Amino acid sequence: MPDKHLSTQFDSELTSVSSQVMEMGGLVESQILRAIHALSHFDVEAADEVAIKEARVNAMEIEIDRDLSSIIARRQPTARDLRLLIAISKTTANLERVGDEAAKIARMVRSIIDSGAPRSLPTLELRYAGDLASGLLNKALDAFARLDVNAALSIMKEDDQIDKEFDSFVRILITYMMEDPRTISASLDLLFLAKAIERIGDHSKNIAEFIIYIVKGEDVRHSSMAKVEQAIQ
Amino acid sequence: MLKTDTGIARTKIAIKDLNFYYGKFKALKDINLEIPERRVTAFIGPSGCGKSTLLRVLNRMFELYPEQRAEGQILLDGEDLLNSKEDVALLRAKVGMVFQKPTPFPMSIFDNVAFGVKLFENLDTSDLEERVEWALRKSALWVEVKDKLHQSGSSLSGGQQQRLCIARGIAIKPEVLLLDEPCSALDPISTAKVEELIVELKTDYTVVIVTHNMQQAARCSDYTAYMYLGDLIEFGETEQMFFKPKRKETEDYITGRFG
Repeated sequence: MPDKHLSTQFDSELTSVSSQVMEMGGLVESQILRAIHALSHFDVEAADEVAIKEARVNAMEIEIDRDLSSIIARRQPTARDLRLLIAISKTTANLERVGDEAAKIARMVRSIIDSGAPRSLPTLELRYAGDLASGLLNKALDAFARLDVNAALSIMKEDDQIDKEFDSFVRILITYMMEDPRTISASLDLLFLAKAIERIGDHSKNIAEFIIYIVKGEDVRHSSMAKVEQAIQ
Repeated sequence: MLKTDTGIARTKIAIKDLNFYYGKFKALKDINLEIPERRVTAFIGPSGCGKSTLLRVLNRMFELYPEQRAEGQILLDGEDLLNSKEDVALLRAKVGMVFQKPTPFPMSIFDNVAFGVKLFENLDTSDLEERVEWALRKSALWVEVKDKLHQSGSSLSGGQQQRLCIARGIAIKPEVLLLDEPCSALDPISTAKVEELIVELKTDYTVVIVTHNMQQAARCSDYTAYMYLGDLIEFGETEQMFFKPKRKETEDYITGRFG
């Protein structure tokens, strides 16, 4: 926020809660990266690390929501401040779910490794999608910090790309399963992994929608791209 | 979803090109504002912005002071009350005012409420009693005072006195009620009761309230006008103003960035 409130206390409370969100974002980002690494290299240690850190992600969601309630109760925020706090609450919820998806990926990798699955499965395509998804989250957090609505719009468009990657990955898996039914079990694991990655993209898109809400006061959820473009004019 | 407005309201008071002077000092600059009928409109703004001045033009209170002067038009249902030849007392019967400090007359509760009615209307005793009861009920005071109507108005608590002043104001069945910081001198519970009352009053009256308490404006008004240094900066639906104001100056004020 460029402009200061008369109450420096209020300012520092807002700054503090914004920093916490960025910290949670950073943690969640590293969770995804670690989970994708575990997948790409069938790295058990990396998978376990993610599982352990998941508790910290959940704890942060609770801490931030508690601070938000406190600010809302005491400050009766209006206009831009109100929109910021509501957006932070939603962003935190989205980040927590991304954390869940990362943990899910880690668990699945563990399960694939433990079941001794064939290494010829198409994890490479998955890794590509994973990198896209974690990159998108990084962009969303950066755009949130700068309240950049144009970046928000391009993030929403990029999520479409991840959705398309997911669709083509499903087609590849189907051909694998048809060729060799012994790969069905492992393929289904990979399918759930792919879905988790696709959801990470969705959550980044949600965060982007709230950037527009803060800056423009328009709720663009469930709107067409055309409506979104209009909203940021 | 919380809706404060129940459809499009027609304009009760149209303020046109209003300029106001205290001697040489221009306190209101080119005010153009339409106050909707049967809604609560709040005037907010920092000290010295002109909100009380504007309120007091609406019932020509300024005419009590020779150095105060208004130019422009104030149309009440289309008739210009600023430039009217009509007796100003009749205007003040149509446009009632309640002040910040409760001002009960030094007489009984009953007489306080009956005073204005006796001035403007010729009611027989039972009709008068009915009117007094009606006004006290409307002001949510009847139950508390019905057994002591002949006690002095000043024997009541601050909050009750203020509700008495409101009862006195509505007893003569005005069309518009002007409230100048009606809760400033009241404790939170009395304030809440008066705010409840304000919201009910709008079914019958057009209410205009000046308040320096933004949350009060947010709670009980349908429309809000933000003023600064004699200018009208923004006017709109309260819900809109407090969620997404159009002007940065408005946002700065209501979010406490005002320096």
